[in-house]
Amino acid sequence: MPALEEFSRRRHELMTRRASAPGLEIYVGMGTCGLAAGAQAVWDAVENELRERGISARLVRTGCIGMCESEPLLDVVRPGEPRITYGGVSAEAVPEIVEKHVLGGHPVEEHLIGQITDPARPYQELPFYSKQRRLVLARTGFIDPRSIEDYLSVGGYGALLKVLTSMSPEQVIAEVTRSGLRGRGGAGFPTGRKWEATRAANGRKKYVVCNGDEGDPGAFMDRSVLEGDPHAVLEGMMIAAYAIGADEGYLYIRAEYPMAVRHVRMAIEQARESGLLGKDILGTGFSLDLHIKEGAGAFVCGEETALLASIQGERGMPRPRPPFPAQSGLWGCPTNINNVETYANVPAIITNGADWFAAVGTERSKGSKVFSLAGKVARTGLVEVPMGLTLRELIFDVGGGIKEGKRFKAVQIGGPSGGCLPESLLDTPIDYDQLTATGAIMGSGGVVVLDEDSCMVDIARFFLNFTQSESCGKCTPCREGTKRMLEILTRISEGKGEPEDLDRLERLARVVKDTSLCGLGQTAPNPVLTTLRYFRDEYLAHVVDKRCPARVCAGLREYRIDPQLCRGCLLCKRSCPSGAISGERRQPHVIDQTLCIRCGACEATCPFGAISH
Amino acid sequence: MSAVALKEQELKQRLEPILVRHGRAPSGLIPIMQDIQAEFGYLPREAVEEAARWLKIPLSKAYGVITFYAQFHLKPRGKYVLRVCLGTACHVRGGEKVLEAVSQELGIAPGDTTPDLRFTLERVACLGCCGLAPTMMVNDQTFARLNPQKVKEVLAQFAES
Repeated sequence: MPALEEFSRRRHELMTRRASAPGLEIYVGMGTCGLAAGAQAVWDAVENELRERGISARLVRTGCIGMCESEPLLDVVRPGEPRITYGGVSAEAVPEIVEKHVLGGHPVEEHLIGQITDPARPYQELPFYSKQRRLVLARTGFIDPRSIEDYLSVGGYGALLKVLTSMSPEQVIAEVTRSGLRGRGGAGFPTGRKWEATRAANGRKKYVVCNGDEGDPGAFMDRSVLEGDPHAVLEGMMIAAYAIGADEGYLYIRAEYPMAVRHVRMAIEQARESGLLGKDILGTGFSLDLHIKEGAGAFVCGEETALLASIQGERGMPRPRPPFPAQSGLWGCPTNINNVETYANVPAIITNGADWFAAVGTERSKGSKVFSLAGKVARTGLVEVPMGLTLRELIFDVGGGIKEGKRFKAVQIGGPSGGCLPESLLDTPIDYDQLTATGAIMGSGGVVVLDEDSCMVDIARFFLNFTQSESCGKCTPCREGTKRMLEILTRISEGKGEPEDLDRLERLARVVKDTSLCGLGQTAPNPVLTTLRYFRDEYLAHVVDKRCPARVCAGLREYRIDPQLCRGCLLCKRSCPSGAISGERRQPHVIDQTLCIRCGACEATCPFGAISH
Repeated sequence: MSAVALKEQELKQRLEPILVRHGRAPSGLIPIMQDIQAEFGYLPREAVEEAARWLKIPLSKAYGVITFYAQFHLKPRGKYVLRVCLGTACHVRGGEKVLEAVSQELGIAPGDTTPDLRFTLERVACLGCCGLAPTMMVNDQTFARLNPQKVKEVLAQFAES
C-alpha cells in the first residue's frame, strides 16, 4: 500500500522535526475568547516586532488553553527553555517582551503567569492546573488548529493508522467498550455499546454523526475543542465510522460558533487532500466522507432525533424512541451519534489502550470530563479534570473559590437539564451516577457558580424561561407544562405567589418530567425541582414574607433612602413617576412603599448614592 | 440590504448560483436558506418561493421549517447585528443591564432594527464565552467583559464607517 507508506513517512518526518530542533517559538491564543479579549492586536504587534527587528521565529496561532480569565495570552519558547506564558497582554506590552525575553533571555515579570516544562502536565505550579488531567484538551493551546501538519507532528492520526492497519472493527469496538467511555453529551450512555448496536443493525448504508450543537447556556467545551483541535474530532469520527461500517458522516455545528465551523471546514479539506477522507482511504479499502451542517438556532436540535430531522432539512422535532438512531437514523439508515468531546476521546484510547484510559476516574465513570467554569468563581475558564474529583475541589481548588470574597451559595451543573446543588453536597464526586442521585446531571459540562447575590427563584425562572421558549411544541406536557411552570415562577418572583404555589409547581414539574417526549422536557424541571428541594426557604421567603433575600427579584425590591447620605437635592423626587417620594429641600427624603412601583429611577438619579434596595 | 423591493431580474441572478450549488435534494432546504440569508441579509419572500419551486416542495413546508429556527429572518436586518448574550454566566454577571444599555442607546427593543437599517438588536442564549461574561457579538466579532459604559464605546465604533 504505497499511499499508506507515503503518509506514514510524512507523519514521521513531521514528528521527528518537531521533536528534534525546536527553534524560537511564539504562541498567541486566538480562540473566540482570546479574540474577544483583544488577541488580534497582540498578534499584529508581535508580527510587527519580529519583522522590524528581523527576528526569525515560528509564530503559532493556537486555540484556547483554558485560562479565559487571563486572555489575551502570549507564550514565548526559546530553544531549550521552558514555555513561558504571559497573561492579560496588550499590544503595548509586546515590544518589551520581545526586547527583554525573546532577544535578551530574561522573562518580563509583569504579565508573567506561569511556565510549561512538560506539555502533558502544563503549569503544575498553578492551582488552576495542578488538579487537572488533560486528555481531550492535550493539544488545544499547543498546536495550530488550522494546520494538519501540526496535528500530525504531535502524533495525530496515529490511532487511525493503527486501526486501519492492525485492528478489525470488532476489536475497535471491544477496546472502546473496555475503556468504559460514556457519552459526554449529557446522558452518559456507554459509547462502545452504541457502536456495537449500530454495527449490528441491518442496513447497506450507515452514517456517523457528530453532535456539535452545544446549546446549553453557560457551556463552551465543544466550541473550544472544535476551534482548538478539530482534527482530533475528525479522527474520532473516522475510527467510529470504520468500527460501525459507515461511509458517510455529518458534523452538526451551531451557527453561533463561526470559528468552529471555519476550522472544521479547513480540517476536512486538509484531511481530504492528505488522503484521509474519500474513497479507498490510503489504499486500505475503507471509504468515508464528512460534511458540515450548520445548526439554525434551535436548542432542541441537541436531542439526537431532532438533530437528525434537522440534517434532513426538516423542522428539528424529536420523535419517540425506539427505534433508536442506531437502528433507524438519517434517512432511515443505522446512524451513530456521539458528541464532540466523546469523539475527541477516542484517538487517545486507541493509541494508549483501554487500560490506560480506565485507570483514570471512578468505578463507573472513566476518564476525564471537560467543564466550562463560569459565573461567580474567581478563575473562570475551560478545565479538564479526572472523574471522581469532588465539586468542592473543582470550584475551590481549580476555580479558586468565589469572586471578591463573597459566600458560596450553589453550583448549577448541567445547564437547563441540570440542577442547583447547595454547599452540603459539594463533596459529591464528579461521576454520572452520583450526580444523577442528587437531582442534577453530569450534562455536557456547564458549571455556573452562584454566590450570595444570586436568587435561586430567579435562577429557576431563568432556566424555565429558556426551556419554555425552546420547547418545540410537539408534546403537550413540555409545551404547556413549561409555560404554566414559568407563570407560577414569574408570579412568585413578582411577590404575587402564595404558599400553595410551591406544591403546584412541584406536582407540575413531576408530571412534565415523567411524561414529556424527549430529553428537553424530561429534564427541563430539574432546575426547579433541585432549587425547591435544596433552597425551599428562599421560595418561602418570596411567597410568605414577600421578600427576595438576595434582592434580585425586581418585584420584591424595597427602595430606601439613607437619611445620613441624603442631601435633600430633590432630584429623586422629580424623577419618581408615581409620586412616591416626599421631602423638603435640604431635608432627608422618604419613599412611600405603598406608592413605589420599584422602577429604580430614583436610585439611578441620586448623585450621592443614598438610595439602595 | 435596502428595504426597496428587489427587482425580479436581480433576485434571480443572485439566487441562481446558490440553488445550483446545493442541488435539488430536499435536505438542502436549510443550507439554501442559510446562504440566501447570507446573500440578502434576510429571506425575501420571492426567494423562498423560488427555492421551494426549485426543491419541489410546498411553500408551506419551506415556511414551516424557516419559522421553526431562530436563525432565519423574514424582514430586512441591519448592517450590524448585535447579539447580546443572556446565557447563565452572563445573566448572573449583569447581561440584562448590557441589553438595557444597548437598547437605550439605539432606541430599539430586542428583535428590532433601527430605521436606517444600521443595527439589529437580538438576545441570544449563549455565545460560549462564559469566562468573559457579559458578552455581545457584533456580526462575527465578540466583545467581552461589558458594562453599560463599555457598550457605548463598542457602539461608537460601528456608528459610522
